Amino acid sequence: MAKIVGGVTTSHIPAIGNAIANELFEDPYWKPFFDGYPKAREWLAEVKPDVAIVVYNDHGLNFFLDKMPTFSIGAAPEYQNKDEGWGLKPLPPYPGDPELSWHIIESLVNDEFDICSCQEMAVDHGFTVPMALLWPDQTQRPVHTIPVAVNTVQHPLPTPARCLKLGEAIGRAVASYPKDLKVVVLGTGGLSHQLDGERAGFINKDFDLMCLEKIVDEPEALAKYSIHDLVRLAGAQGAELILWLIMRGALGRKVSKVHSNYHIPISNTGAGLLVLESAA
Amino acid sequence: MTAPHEPIPGTTIFDGRMAMKGYPLNKMCYSFNEAAARQEFLADEDAYCAKFGLTDEQKTAIRERNALALLAAGGNIYYLAKFIGMLGLNVQDIGAQQTGMTVEEFKAKLKAAGN
Repeated sequence: MAKIVGGVTTSHIPAIGNAIANELFEDPYWKPFFDGYPKAREWLAEVKPDVAIVVYNDHGLNFFLDKMPTFSIGAAPEYQNKDEGWGLKPLPPYPGDPELSWHIIESLVNDEFDICSCQEMAVDHGFTVPMALLWPDQTQRPVHTIPVAVNTVQHPLPTPARCLKLGEAIGRAVASYPKDLKVVVLGTGGLSHQLDGERAGFINKDFDLMCLEKIVDEPEALAKYSIHDLVRLAGAQGAELILWLIMRGALGRKVSKVHSNYHIPISNTGAGLLVLESAA
Repeated sequence: MTAPHEPIPGTTIFDGRMAMKGYPLNKMCYSFNEAAARQEFLADEDAYCAKFGLTDEQKTAIRERNALALLAAGGNIYYLAKFIGMLGLNVQDIGAQQTGMTVEEFKAKLKAAGN
């Protein structure tokens, strides 16, 4: 049977992609951020997952406001990035696992989560930056991927409580898949940041550190917030915490923390990294 | 419609009301994912804005590169980011513009949040 072995949450800021391209790993601004990642890569090298379910938000590449699904799941044989408006170059495609995708979609709909299924899905920096941080060699694609895109563009956004439950349902879906596969779940984005308005530049270190702690053993405490609470406490784009809650829900009740890192600022953001292992 | 939440200063919640108001502006910005669209815009901005049916308020905000006015006209930051990116600006430049700071002051504010 398939098994979720753990999860990783990481920020997905576009500037990280530029910093990787320019190899700024030892640059004083970037070093405290990049130094967090070797331990996450070591853990992945140890557990050797077959599949990564990548929970992220589309930033206006695959979806426009003409149709804005709340939860979308890729069911394609491969996924390609695209130019997002500032000249990004195409990366080697990320292999998918359509059979597992359809199993998850069927299981979720049966579990009362009504999903938008996508046989074509362009993936943006919300997906590609975390993949590059965790598997830096762009000539190798050692895991199959399943993108899960969540609407954070247009309110109403799904509530934190709903997102934690979706994660739990993804966990049940994977556990009922008959093939022996090891699956990791990535929750990307966050932590606190706001790009728009007179409040641009808002970062809330205390709230971020509280989230990094509570999400390990008490995710329900975070699921109690409303989206409006998250915008107030973590900034307009800090609501991306809901993506972390989906990851956390998928991991099951009991997890152990393998590693974490937190650094301010990366671009306009409090950048967080967390590696969690599911109980055996 | 649910009851309005208490407003968050300096923050516009991009909801259905704003999504309707900003639709042509955001649709134009969404088109900037394509390099050919960016070139067409830069060759004749007014014609490109007209093609998408922008309102006068939206056209002025585009012409003036005014982030707060673009947001007030219904712009969504995720789509505006493409307009900002194609101008070679980053989120610190735009953060500084929106908060009335220099870029250096804005960067110092971000850094101070880590203390």
